[in-house]
Amino acid sequence: MSDSQVVVHVTAEGAHHEHLPYQRHHFETYAQQSDATNFAMWLFLLTEVMFFGGLFTAYLIYRNWYYPAFVEASHQLQIGWGTANTAVLITSSFTMAMGVWSAEMRRKGTLVLCLVITFILGLVFLGIKTIEYKEKYDKHHIPGFHYSLKTFLDPQSDPEVYSEYHDKPLALDMARHTEIYFFLYFAMTGMHALHMIIGIAILGFMIFRAQAGAYTTGHVTFVENFGLYWHFVDIIWIYLFPLLYLISRHQ
Amino acid sequence: MSSSTIVSLPDQSTARLPKMNFLSREKGLLSWLLTGDHKRIATLYLISITFFFFIGGALAGLIRLELLTPQSDLMATDTYNKVFSMHGIIMIFFFLVPSVPATLGNFFIPMMIGAKDLALPKINLLSWYLYLAAGGLALYAMMNGGVDTGWTFTTPLSTHFLNTNVVTSGIAIFIAGFSSIFTGLNFIVTIHKMRCPGMTWFRLPLFVWSNYAASILMVLGTPVLAITLVLVVLERVAGIGVFDPTKGGDPLLFQHLFWFYSHPAVYIMILPGMGVISETVSTFSRKRVFGYTAVAFSSVAIAVFGFFVWAHHMFIMGISNYSMLVFSLLTMLVAVPSAIKIFNWAFTLYKGSITFETPMLYTFGFMGLFTIGGLTGVFLAASGTDIHLTETYFIVAHFHFVMVGGMLMAFLAGVHFWWPKMTGRMYPEKISQLAAIVTFIGFNFTFFPQFILGTLGMPRRYASYPPEFQVLNVFSTAGATILGVGYLLPLLYLTWSLRYGEIAGDNPWQATGLEWQTQSPPLTENFPAIPIMDHEAYDYEWLDTQKEKEVTSVG
Amino acid sequence: MSHISQVLWQFLIHWLTNFQLYPPEASKIAPQMDALYFFMVLVSMIGMTIVILLVVGFSIMYSKKRHPVAVQIEGSTMLEATWTIIPLGLFLIMFVWGALIYFRVYTPPANAMNIYIVGKQWMWKAEHPGGQHEIDALHVPTGRAVQLTIISQDVFHSFSIPAFRVKREAIPGRYTSVWFEATTPGTYHLFCTQYCGTDHSHMIGEVVVMTPDDFKKWLASSTSGASLAQNGERLFASLSCSACHNSRPDARGPSLANVYGAKLTLANGQTTIVDEAYLRDAILNPSQHVTQGYAPIMPTYQGQISEDGVISLVEFLKTLNSDYRVQQTTTTTTLLPESEGKTTPAGQKPAGQGMVKQ
Repeated sequence: MSDSQVVVHVTAEGAHHEHLPYQRHHFETYAQQSDATNFAMWLFLLTEVMFFGGLFTAYLIYRNWYYPAFVEASHQLQIGWGTANTAVLITSSFTMAMGVWSAEMRRKGTLVLCLVITFILGLVFLGIKTIEYKEKYDKHHIPGFHYSLKTFLDPQSDPEVYSEYHDKPLALDMARHTEIYFFLYFAMTGMHALHMIIGIAILGFMIFRAQAGAYTTGHVTFVENFGLYWHFVDIIWIYLFPLLYLISRHQ
Repeated sequence: MSSSTIVSLPDQSTARLPKMNFLSREKGLLSWLLTGDHKRIATLYLISITFFFFIGGALAGLIRLELLTPQSDLMATDTYNKVFSMHGIIMIFFFLVPSVPATLGNFFIPMMIGAKDLALPKINLLSWYLYLAAGGLALYAMMNGGVDTGWTFTTPLSTHFLNTNVVTSGIAIFIAGFSSIFTGLNFIVTIHKMRCPGMTWFRLPLFVWSNYAASILMVLGTPVLAITLVLVVLERVAGIGVFDPTKGGDPLLFQHLFWFYSHPAVYIMILPGMGVISETVSTFSRKRVFGYTAVAFSSVAIAVFGFFVWAHHMFIMGISNYSMLVFSLLTMLVAVPSAIKIFNWAFTLYKGSITFETPMLYTFGFMGLFTIGGLTGVFLAASGTDIHLTETYFIVAHFHFVMVGGMLMAFLAGVHFWWPKMTGRMYPEKISQLAAIVTFIGFNFTFFPQFILGTLGMPRRYASYPPEFQVLNVFSTAGATILGVGYLLPLLYLTWSLRYGEIAGDNPWQATGLEWQTQSPPLTENFPAIPIMDHEAYDYEWLDTQKEKEVTSVG
Repeated sequence: MSHISQVLWQFLIHWLTNFQLYPPEASKIAPQMDALYFFMVLVSMIGMTIVILLVVGFSIMYSKKRHPVAVQIEGSTMLEATWTIIPLGLFLIMFVWGALIYFRVYTPPANAMNIYIVGKQWMWKAEHPGGQHEIDALHVPTGRAVQLTIISQDVFHSFSIPAFRVKREAIPGRYTSVWFEATTPGTYHLFCTQYCGTDHSHMIGEVVVMTPDDFKKWLASSTSGASLAQNGERLFASLSCSACHNSRPDARGPSLANVYGAKLTLANGQTTIVDEAYLRDAILNPSQHVTQGYAPIMPTYQGQISEDGVISLVEFLKTLNSDYRVQQTTTTTTLLPESEGKTTPAGQKPAGQGMVKQ
């Protein structure tokens, strides 16, 4: 039984179904392939939600317990940079969506332009993050590395922040809890930044492939699915921004 | 043909393995290491998990040897702590979690749904490489001094009070977690999007349903373990205080996050095994599974409920009484679908035509031992008795009954059942039946005394114990020796059968699944043409009509 | 040969004469818990028997030799309902019964005698209110409700007395409690059941249950001098607590006389009942426990005081029912310049703001 079947298979293989060059052999139709890979990306993003979920849970619990510490610690973040970053990311999501549209419209030039702008905006985001991280380093607000409670025990020692918020000095035990805020800050934005870096790296790869015309022949799945990933990273930031930067700014 | 077996092999004097199959299609190491073929990846996984199983088993042997005497005289207590920790880590993350899904699931889910491969073959291969990387890192941790946190990594012990390879092991499990997530993701996409024409959800074999339910758990639960391990590593490395009460952190937060994954993890481990049992019980009774819909839905019910019971591991840790009520009630609810399945399988036997080949022996073993394991789970779900029984050998016995008596037996049932399909050869029947019986006897001797030890109060993770517990421990170790023999035998005779086993042909068990309607070993693309499913699952009447049409030439 | 079988023989005899399937029942809750346990064993045995009978019975009746042709059966909703509802019903009974016992074990009666347990790697310290300290041992009387207030100094431990059927986690950073009433004099095992590192298996001890008379004798003979409350009083003075916590009208902190068990209104408007956990937390994390009407100026004592010290302070505060003792401690501390000379007459009840007696 088997051998005769094999013979049939070999001759049938070439003629069996015409499929597009970018359709993988285990799929019956291109539609099935793009449907499946799209579903797979959504599912992967769901796992990412669960992954970040642990950090959000920890944040919710500790913010509830140590609210005064969280308020004063969050005043140490500059809302200007945070807003700028939010604007940068939202714009990059727009340019990414434009990129997906361009791929669907088979406009190579526009696609490459959109991808390049998204890439640059991603780098701008990371740049601003670096500035913010450096500031935290200078002020000794990195948990575990010579963490300093000075600005919370004596807010007037930090005139920039004090002139805006007029924070009251925290008691020592509450001031210690600011370290937990900063740990969550670095863990959440750091994990987010890691995902950005991976995204930017893939974007770099995509720019080369787009330039070679790989995405403008009707096979847009890769760009589409990456777009989903990029929007997801954007949405995580949109949650992070109010949770970390906007705790009680109305003094 | 003997009337007490359903095995139907081709005439051995003329039978040959098919020349073109997934093993022979491409040769060379690279064709294996860069393969996208789900069957090859499954084979790679089978070899890897067997390797880790025997390492974990050796560690178990060391545990039982130490526990022969009340004093900790075989090894230092620190060493013993490392031995049981690594036994747990290796057995859970490197054997049980991938066992059925990554080997049998990978191999047979595409075939059972009539597809040529999984949806994402490259991700499948990535899964295996991640598993190897994780396993390599875990072995490195083991040889570099081991880790003695227990597989549960309880903080603040693991973050502030130990000097062993906590970070390395944490990273290893993190990587293994992603291997698991990608396998589950692949299965869900495949089952949703690649069923052949006519293959509706309710025509799927129950093995597919069970793996689907387990995949949901893998995909949603494992990322939480990943982030928990990240937090433990950061706490150790930078000392930020997220779990440290002196800095305002909460060690109980770790417990919640850890068990949020680790409870669904046990269902990740058992559900695929239950899927195997559905297949074997049906085949060896020549009957459709009794209550197909009930069994299918109970798999999904276990997966859903399994997410809401985690704090039953924390009843005595200071959770509120209200919390206890919620989790105890939900745990009772999650026990019911498992009971439903056991009864459905038992009634599959009713008015069947039963034979006792090796997979069926393992199936019977599963049904008995899993029932005991599951019932003792109810002892623990009732919060009152949990106070006395938790953290003792009762727990150890409970989870070994469900994991080893249940899952491992199901895995062996599956390996024996599908061995002829994967390799084209049959294993030797008599010795395999003997191995199954030896395993069953050894298992009971090893783990049943541990229930009594637990009730008497002997705590778990003890290197030394009061002398009055010695006799039961000696019984347990004696059983473990027998159990070890029972597990070594399949390694030997299955390897032997690769060369000398009888040629199996397409369908030695006369089974109904799509995987049995094609050659053994299968073609790389599984089917010459995509099948069209026009009958129900476990349709033995359809099988009879097929046999009438069949031309029995082999060649 | 005969030498070996002698050993085995003695082994076997010893085991057979000491054979136990469950530990001695030495507390009031033990038989109650055992009743549920044996109910579950019974239900399990019946369940197992049913499953085994079904499997073995069907295998014999419908073996291929006896029953060569299988009959395809879809299922039976009636049977599904039966084996869903009956197990569910039994499990729900066990849930309710178990929950009742759980509540009983973890709800101490009001008149329970309190003993503090501090777990640390790798020993248990028991502290009786009268100042008796034990290591890896616990002496208790029969016929008296005993509450254990447990805490860990380092990692998770778990205090387990199998003979009493009680067990409770010792958590770093917070008190947990369990209670029992011992019924049978004797010596029983005490285990640590939460893996806690190298010497986890050696963190064991003895619980000695004595008749009330013997217990009184033991208390008298093992006291180290100061009771916990007296030790707490000493700490109260040496840590200068009385500088703010006195009953002067201009006192910076609320008077702590009779604070234990009182209903307190906090600065954020919430009310709370003052128990051991509150007192401990207020000493270590004062800025979250500010009484209404007072400024959040209390410094934290985290890091300056051990768990034993906190326990002594808590005990002192529990027994503090007048300002007199505080005044006594005040005279032994350095007084602040502005309050020199002003004292409240001894014995007067304080009128602290924000405190309402229950």
